[in-house]
Amino acid sequence: MNPHSLVSIDDLSKDKIMQLLDRAKFFEEHPNHRFLAGKVVGTLFFEPSTRTRLSFETAVNRLGGRIIGFSDPSATSTSKGESLKDTIKMVSNYVDLIIMRHYLEGAARYATEVTDVPVINAGDGANQHPSQTMLDLYSIYKTQGKLTDLTITLVGDLKYGRTVHSLIMAMKYFNPTFRFVACNELRMPKEYLDFCDSQGIKYTEHTDFSAEVIDSSDIIYMTRVQRERFTDLMEYERVKDLYTLHNAMLDNSRDNLRILHPLPRVNEINVDVDDNPKAYYFEQARNGLFMRQSLICEALQIDPQSDFAE
Amino acid sequence: MASDKKSLAVAALENGTVIDHIPADQLFKCVKILDLEGLDKQLTIGNNLRSDKLGAKGIIKIADVTIPEPVINRIALVAPNAVINLIRNYEVVDKRPVKLPDMVVGIVRCANPKCITNNEPMKTRFDVIDAERREIRCHYCGVTVTGAKADII
Ligand SMILES: [Zn+2]
Repeated sequence: MNPHSLVSIDDLSKDKIMQLLDRAKFFEEHPNHRFLAGKVVGTLFFEPSTRTRLSFETAVNRLGGRIIGFSDPSATSTSKGESLKDTIKMVSNYVDLIIMRHYLEGAARYATEVTDVPVINAGDGANQHPSQTMLDLYSIYKTQGKLTDLTITLVGDLKYGRTVHSLIMAMKYFNPTFRFVACNELRMPKEYLDFCDSQGIKYTEHTDFSAEVIDSSDIIYMTRVQRERFTDLMEYERVKDLYTLHNAMLDNSRDNLRILHPLPRVNEINVDVDDNPKAYYFEQARNGLFMRQSLICEALQIDPQSDFAE
Repeated sequence: MASDKKSLAVAALENGTVIDHIPADQLFKCVKILDLEGLDKQLTIGNNLRSDKLGAKGIIKIADVTIPEPVINRIALVAPNAVINLIRNYEVVDKRPVKLPDMVVGIVRCANPKCITNNEPMKTRFDVIDAERREIRCHYCGVTVTGAKADII
């Protein structure tokens, strides 16, 4: 067990979050420095995820580290029935850091228990994806200049959306006001409403993606509404276009409003929004690179800011 | 002590442990949790006995063995009002309620089929998040379950 592993956003204190954001900003200004020279990083993708893998591997490359690993588990002995424990133990002999994605929930937590090498969870099933949450926080921080006292509207699939659940957990330190906009079938689960209540987080629930909601938001976080999430396909047909953002809907929105989306999008943000300066989802993905550089240094206990100053 | 004598008299025990006040529908889960099947000591299991508190209750009597308290406490998950009686020379020398530990290891199966614990040869582990309601959460995938509904391995 390595104490610097990152499995869940819950593992991070408020101070640690602020430190990681500050470091991401440093990497945005200094993306190419060889803090990982001589280090080998294992990227183990037991489930393919090109987007996340490219972001992490670019982060390692820009830091001057080397990468081993796999992006398709069918090419590994996992497909021959090797246990996760054995794979992790084998790879631990070769690398300084493991970045892993797995289709099973809890896989990353278990991996940390069988190795002394730090592990960064790059997504475990529907459970946790802390680097996504951290890049969301960085995007909010960067565009708003702060994390405190913001009104954040979450739209679309709030029932199964892992990213929106983690964002709620992470924002508990920053006195947010949430708007939850979803159809009945995909509304925010009770356990997260209970969490908000227990933390004193203010929220309102809406089935209408109305002008009133849009015009009072600092951040609108859009998510994909997927057909396969619906037990009632009639309901899907009825609601599928109700939670699509069009450029005209932003006419009276706040100047500081920014639109976020974890990507890939399908049709929940119309392409006519893309040229609006309030559209931020492509920069958001780019922020992922700097945040992942920050997280990698944390896992390896490298302090780039002080090393850089020397 | 009169009621104790009446219920414990089914098969008087000289030395050992009596676990009383187990809900009738949870008795066999307790037997499973305590892993009593392989025990070579005299063992008496009674069920659907009359109880003023529970309506129908179960009872487990184990001769000549003192099962460690942390082990017995595991049954608090399904039998929160169970009472442990320590018997010496036919007398109850100690009597205490079971107490749910902070962590439940290796006895409950996670209800989430996509949980790593259901796909890897490993022990399950649950953190007790609400002892009063006996709510436990999988340490790995985060899925919660309450005591009486727990699927015992
Ligand atoms: Zn689980």
